[in-house]
Amino acid sequence: MRRDVLTGSYFTLGDIACAEGALAAGCRFFAGYPITPATEVAEHMARRMPEVGGVYIQMEDEIASIASVIGASYAGLKAMTATSGPGFSLMQENIGLAVMTEAPLVIVNVMRGGPSTGQPTRGGQQDVMQAKWGSHGDYEIIAFAPSSVQEMFDLTIEAFNCSERFRCPAFVLADENVGHLREKLVIPEPHEIKLVERKRPKCDPREYSPFKPDEDLIPPMAHFGEGFRFYATGLTHNERGLPRTVDPEVHAKLVRRLNEKIRRHAREIIRVEKLYLDDADVCVIAYGIVSRSAASAVRLAREKGIKAGLLKLVTVWPFPNEEVLRISEGVKRIIVCEMNEGQILREVERCNKCSRISFLPKLGGEIHTPREILSAIKGGS
Amino acid sequence: MSRYEIRFAGLGGQGIVRAGVIVGSAAALFEGKNAANAQSYGPEARGGASKSEVIISDGEIDYPKVEEPDAMVLMSQEAYDKYAKDLKKGGILIYDPDMVYDPKPVEGARVYAIPATRIAEESGRKIVANMVMIGALVAITKAIDPSAAKKAIERNVPKGTEELNLRAFEKGYEYALGLLKR
Repeated sequence: MRRDVLTGSYFTLGDIACAEGALAAGCRFFAGYPITPATEVAEHMARRMPEVGGVYIQMEDEIASIASVIGASYAGLKAMTATSGPGFSLMQENIGLAVMTEAPLVIVNVMRGGPSTGQPTRGGQQDVMQAKWGSHGDYEIIAFAPSSVQEMFDLTIEAFNCSERFRCPAFVLADENVGHLREKLVIPEPHEIKLVERKRPKCDPREYSPFKPDEDLIPPMAHFGEGFRFYATGLTHNERGLPRTVDPEVHAKLVRRLNEKIRRHAREIIRVEKLYLDDADVCVIAYGIVSRSAASAVRLAREKGIKAGLLKLVTVWPFPNEEVLRISEGVKRIIVCEMNEGQILREVERCNKCSRISFLPKLGGEIHTPREILSAIKGGS
Repeated sequence: MSRYEIRFAGLGGQGIVRAGVIVGSAAALFEGKNAANAQSYGPEARGGASKSEVIISDGEIDYPKVEEPDAMVLMSQEAYDKYAKDLKKGGILIYDPDMVYDPKPVEGARVYAIPATRIAEESGRKIVANMVMIGALVAITKAIDPSAAKKAIERNVPKGTEELNLRAFEKGYEYALGLLKR
């Protein structure tokens, strides 16, 4: 039996499902530093990596963790790290390096309450904007928001697939509530799991330009040690990878492409789920664990004859601009529910054309209860 | 059963978290139902407050936390004081009378005193008090089938201790059946 895809049914933690998803996606390098509530991802990787011939390293901190993950990616491995808020903050500079050098990798952030060390053992959704804007400079990013143990597995695979396809970091933005939830996990047969591998160069090694894109704006990626000349730098570089830091055109072209390679494929990346939206007057927008309370609230509202619906964001970045715009044209009211002081709210406000927007924040680590969301649904109708 | 909510609470070291895992696995893996289990505990390894909640449902479980428990297993005075009042009207309240010295009455509750710690000591080791409680819970609530519970116990206890744990489960199950017959 293959040890990387443990086909079967389990009753297990979200964090463990995430680690198994990574292994099933082909991840063979994990470097990290333990932090509640993401520690179980590292613990499980420490146990499992040797079984699949992969590498597990506990690093001295999160800065070193992300740095070694970038190195492993250059060397050709699918690589991942897992952390929570404080560690995610430490990683921000090197996330920019991964964006700039187009290193495919996955970062799992099992979010807890912040700022600072905040609430180590409680959940939150306070790092959503940090995931988008945390490192300096302009860039687009990909982030998934799992809401169940099964999605911790499935969306970690998706994150790997996207990072490989677009040569960029991809995030799994989970939170303590889903990371520490136990539910049934079904791991399918290996042939049922669709995997994407990074595009590789077909040219003569002497002809290779590591940052020369194909028509899809994504450059094929050689691996260090294969005989290709591959110079990677965080400095603005030309297609050969050589620093060209004062040429305005080189900088504009590079940064535009880094953004455009995601934007142009946004429809391919973005995933949303809709519940009862066809005839809805009120649309609840939620993501991650909160989307489950929202689904329950919407069902309760329907039982009472209120035309409520749910837009669940499976990906939070890139943001589903078009979907939200379309919904805002069809409903009277939008209610944004999230475990923070208003982050995705701003994106919804930006895309909204016609609806009234209410906001239902929740802080402290608890998930919104269905009743709380139901009363917000009733509140305005 | 559309949605059935169970809360275990007591002290760190009593196997509260493990009890939730076992009941959840029994439902999810051996009965074809859906189950969600979440827990909270203090920073202490032993002696701090510990809580574990399980939701069992034939349908999908949207909200994964307990709102109004149908059944509760309380294994410390602190847990009793904190949680007994949350029980759903007409719900089932199971507690350990050797650990809860002052069980204030809960209106409308069906109350069962199961001396799980004592039974566990008599059957070998105090550490299996949680298994006694699972046995009692299964007998009283019928929330899961006893055979599913046993399979889940075998899967979730350290190798070599299966027999000890299953014996404790049986003792709790029989003790509770005895109470029901009265």
